[in-house]
Amino acid sequence: MHDDTPTARTAHDSQASHGSVGSYTLGFALSALLTVAAFALVMRPVLSRELTLAAIVILAVVQIVVQMYYFLHLDRRSERWNFISLYFTILIVAILVGGSLWIMSHLAHDVMGMGIEG
Amino acid sequence: MFGKLTLDAIPFHDPIIMGAGAGVMLGGLALAALVTRLGRWRWLWTEYITSVDHKKIGIMYIVLALVMLLRGFADAVMMRTHQMIAVGENTGYLPPEHYDQVFTAHGVIMIFFVAMPFVAGLTNLIVPLQIGARDVAYPFLNSLSFWLTASGAALVNVSLVVGEFAKTGWAAYPPLSGIAYSPDVGVDYYIWSLQIAGLGSLLTGVNFFVTILRMRAPGMKLMEMPIFTWSALCTNVLIIAAFPILTVTLALLGMDRYLDAHFFTNDLGGSQMMYVNLFWAWGHPEVYILILPAFGIFSEVTATFSEKRLFGYRFMVWALVGITVLSFVVWLHHFFTMGAGANVNAFFGISTMFIAIPTGVKVFNWLFTMYRGRLHFTPPLLWTIGFIVTFAIGGMTGVLLAMPGADFVLHNSLFLVAHFHNVIIGGALFGYLAGLNYWFPKAFGFTLDERLGKASFWCWLVGFYIAFMPLYALGLMGMTRRLNHIADPAWQPWLIAASVGTAIIGLGVVLTVVQLVVSIRNRAQRLDLTGDPWNGRTLEWSMASPPPFYNFARIPEVYGIDSWNASKARGEQISPPADYADIHMPRNTAVGFVISGFLTAFGFAMVWHIWWLAIAGALGAVASFVWRAFDRDVDYMVPAAEVRRIEEAHLVRAGGEAR
Repeated sequence: MHDDTPTARTAHDSQASHGSVGSYTLGFALSALLTVAAFALVMRPVLSRELTLAAIVILAVVQIVVQMYYFLHLDRRSERWNFISLYFTILIVAILVGGSLWIMSHLAHDVMGMGIEG
Repeated sequence: MFGKLTLDAIPFHDPIIMGAGAGVMLGGLALAALVTRLGRWRWLWTEYITSVDHKKIGIMYIVLALVMLLRGFADAVMMRTHQMIAVGENTGYLPPEHYDQVFTAHGVIMIFFVAMPFVAGLTNLIVPLQIGARDVAYPFLNSLSFWLTASGAALVNVSLVVGEFAKTGWAAYPPLSGIAYSPDVGVDYYIWSLQIAGLGSLLTGVNFFVTILRMRAPGMKLMEMPIFTWSALCTNVLIIAAFPILTVTLALLGMDRYLDAHFFTNDLGGSQMMYVNLFWAWGHPEVYILILPAFGIFSEVTATFSEKRLFGYRFMVWALVGITVLSFVVWLHHFFTMGAGANVNAFFGISTMFIAIPTGVKVFNWLFTMYRGRLHFTPPLLWTIGFIVTFAIGGMTGVLLAMPGADFVLHNSLFLVAHFHNVIIGGALFGYLAGLNYWFPKAFGFTLDERLGKASFWCWLVGFYIAFMPLYALGLMGMTRRLNHIADPAWQPWLIAASVGTAIIGLGVVLTVVQLVVSIRNRAQRLDLTGDPWNGRTLEWSMASPPPFYNFARIPEVYGIDSWNASKARGEQISPPADYADIHMPRNTAVGFVISGFLTAFGFAMVWHIWWLAIAGALGAVASFVWRAFDRDVDYMVPAAEVRRIEEAHLVRAGGEAR
């Protein structure tokens, strides 16, 4: 390869790992397992409704971590910019999820409450 | 065989739609005949359609934006003239089901198919040149992004003649946009055109984020990037973070419509308010996606035509970054009236006022840059000064609307319509037109006619005020938006004034077209052989115009802000490099065009429930992508001798000394 190529510079400068067939397979198996587990909890309920919801959220977050590690190769050797991007993403997701929950709970409280009382 | 599609889908009975359709078809045929007569099909195919050159892609984006601007503006003219006459006894000339499509199409087209392509076009054209790169990080994805955007635009235009467009307003709120209240195909056209074009925007965001972070010339630190590149970086961060929200929201709406899901219905546990919440969680960052690049353009233009370094570069950068983050915490101000409590409304009202602060900082930076500068009153600078005045007014009405109490009175009134046109026309569009005038000579090697450019600017500016100031008044008088019929005759004089303003803007649009045509015809007299017609300050002016396809014969070394200006001050610009090296470049490819063709067929098939075609389109797109992924022959070397030939020809033309 030529070192001055536009694409080569972006893809091969970094020292971060690029994975192997084994790590991709493991990542895929773990992702599939976590998805099936969430699906099974809904189709064959063993927990209460609240616990099921909590379990699905936890399984989803675990899967995000699995995918970031095995597919996006984010680990301690990753460079600074990848982490800045990750923190920014977490910030935005937190704002979006937290804000939406806050807004929608207020709507439920004010609008639905008024409907029931008056 | 053809799903829901029958001949009845074509509104033969409507003379306006048929006329427009026939006009587009005749225009297309005339264009095809012209290309055939000039024998330019092969040229079009190899130089543009299959090109992965960021400059060519940028030009195609801007052409798309200008063409769609004409369509969106035609919609605006129809709305203004209809409202002007549909008063009292008169019902106007647009029946409600057509009028509703017109205002929806106007909004969708202006945001997604004028503003977004204009932003992507200018970013494509200039950012790699400003950072000293030979192309973007992923040239093939760049071509794909453009054709996906074009595919979405094509679907919107098809909806004009085959079937109908959404009648919901550009935000397509459920339950109106749900299957129960919009059983026709309009909302499906909306969903699929935005999904396909949105994918293109997202890929552009990723592409330029990587390009700017990874491909800057050696020595160019982040805090030394040209300010337009900074604005592009912030814009692309916003695209990456915000567009997935829209994609998911529209996917959920699509599942409601196609798969009998109930995410946004009132029954079976859905909530239409969640749609509104999610739509604006994307929608507010989106307005900054449109305006930040314009801020960058104004900053470049102000510095160049004041012959001064930009005042407060660091403040400018931090203001951009601040706006990027703050734009994610204000979205509820689009729906203060939805029923959240005082705490929620107060929080989002105050955060909205906060975001005005970094924006205000920028206005003072531009003013201080001009202060004691040597101003050259060229069209780009006129657009900038017109922007500063107009945008300040729009910003103030925005802060007014940020107060929940005031918003309860003004929500969905024409005051709101006037406000957002005030910032989108007076802010974003003025910026894009400034950029068009400023960078046109870089793209084509000759300047645009200044007299016509100035005439166009004055028509736009004066027309804007006459068209939109009456809407503020009407909003305060209680007129709501999207009215098909005007009940109160007292509103008519204001609406007539607004139509007059629209006519003046129309003259500005015509003059923009005339400016382009006249400048192209007189290009022999308007040639810019130096590549630096404005005495520019940043790297894009350091090369020939139009730049050679590899941009830089040798990647420059950068030592600070305004590095081209610094090189000129040191007298370095005319010395050619001692030797040339081979240059590695990406090969053209038709795969982006082909994938988008398949996806256009897929989108059309989904709209009309033609399942076999949908499956074929989706498979074709995926197969083309996989085929491309296994293609190893994607690049080639430009020999040093050819680079020498091209560079020396430029130096001779520019009057420099070739070795």
